[in-house]
Amino acid sequence: MLLRRLLGVVAKSDLTYFMQNQTVAYDSKVEGEIIVTQADAVINWIRKHSVWPMPMGLACCAIELMAAGGSRFDISRFGMEVMRFSPRQADCMIVAGTVTYKMAEVVRRIYEQMAEPKWVVAMGACASTGGMYRSYATLQGVDRIIPVDVYVSGCPPRPEALLDAMIKLQDKIGRESSVKGLSAKNAKTEKLAFSGTQS
Amino acid sequence: MATSEFAPLKERFDFLTERPSSDYVAVNCPADKLVELATALRDEMAYDLLIDVTGIDWDAASPRFTGVYHLFSSSEHEYLRIAVDCADDIHPSLPSIAAIFPAANWHERETFDLMGIHYEGHPNLKRILMWDAYPYHPLRKDFPLAGIETELPAADVAEATKAKVLAAPMMGGPFVSSSNGPMSQTEPSARDESWTELKFKPSEK
Repeated sequence: MLLRRLLGVVAKSDLTYFMQNQTVAYDSKVEGEIIVTQADAVINWIRKHSVWPMPMGLACCAIELMAAGGSRFDISRFGMEVMRFSPRQADCMIVAGTVTYKMAEVVRRIYEQMAEPKWVVAMGACASTGGMYRSYATLQGVDRIIPVDVYVSGCPPRPEALLDAMIKLQDKIGRESSVKGLSAKNAKTEKLAFSGTQS
Repeated sequence: MATSEFAPLKERFDFLTERPSSDYVAVNCPADKLVELATALRDEMAYDLLIDVTGIDWDAASPRFTGVYHLFSSSEHEYLRIAVDCADDIHPSLPSIAAIFPAANWHERETFDLMGIHYEGHPNLKRILMWDAYPYHPLRKDFPLAGIETELPAADVAEATKAKVLAAPMMGGPFVSSSNGPMSQTEPSARDESWTELKFKPSEK
């Protein structure tokens, strides 16, 4: 499946994907040009292959993030290369680096400015837990101010680790109940409303 | 002219006393003479570069705070260190030399931010690293490395997230030694736990 996608056999591999996951009943003799599937499967498929990351580069992890975007590691192989420095145009914030208490406000505001649906990747030890900075000035994990979907270990993580995290995020997006979230009542904001668990 | 000896300085400025130093010449200066001294050193003795402004917290001793200035002469290649005691232990203050050496502007803001020394006459004495409303001076001896619980800089973010500035967990951290002994053995980051085909993995011992 992955190999076929890499080879660029998009239409055919997507069809195979749906059939393997039994979200589609397709018989060319009966349906002809029409594919029957679930709305969730289609919406999630569209979303997960057009992730627009917002590079929240705060420290050395941002260098590895740049490497992941460069030609050697090439994040565009997985359909998420459109880095946007405006939160209005992005739907996945990659927090790459140490978040100080002074910067926490900025990170939170930029997150709030991103349009729904949106996801967060905490890249590296600092963004995940405060890392080696156990001090008076450093936020001990960005999940204290924004909901995080995927954590990446490493100091800093190699670009492969970030790519792995982004593929995990795609899998997670693929499992979401997107149709429920389309009604204003059940929007993801409500579901993800931060519970503020601190110890 | 810049000098590596104390005597010529004493001859020109009789209020100076010599300070023990393992490298360059160092002097003690009364706070009320600092501006006069800095001006003369710059204009008459070719100390044209301010390298650093910092402070010392002597903890229980009095005077508790000492301001330290490092000067350099780019033509004579001589360093000079000036130490100035703060008279007040509770509200330490020193005269600002930002008007004499513009480099002192941000250095004094940093020393004010982290040590709490007020620089009288500074054009813009506000915090430079911590946020404006932060209530402590973190490099003072009585301030714990982990920090002290307080509010986030932005009230709306604090309200939305219930997050606060909390004391960081110190247990097992990179700056915490597990027991007594030489630092090479107790410092977690310095312990060599690499393994090869000849040396077992630490977990398999």
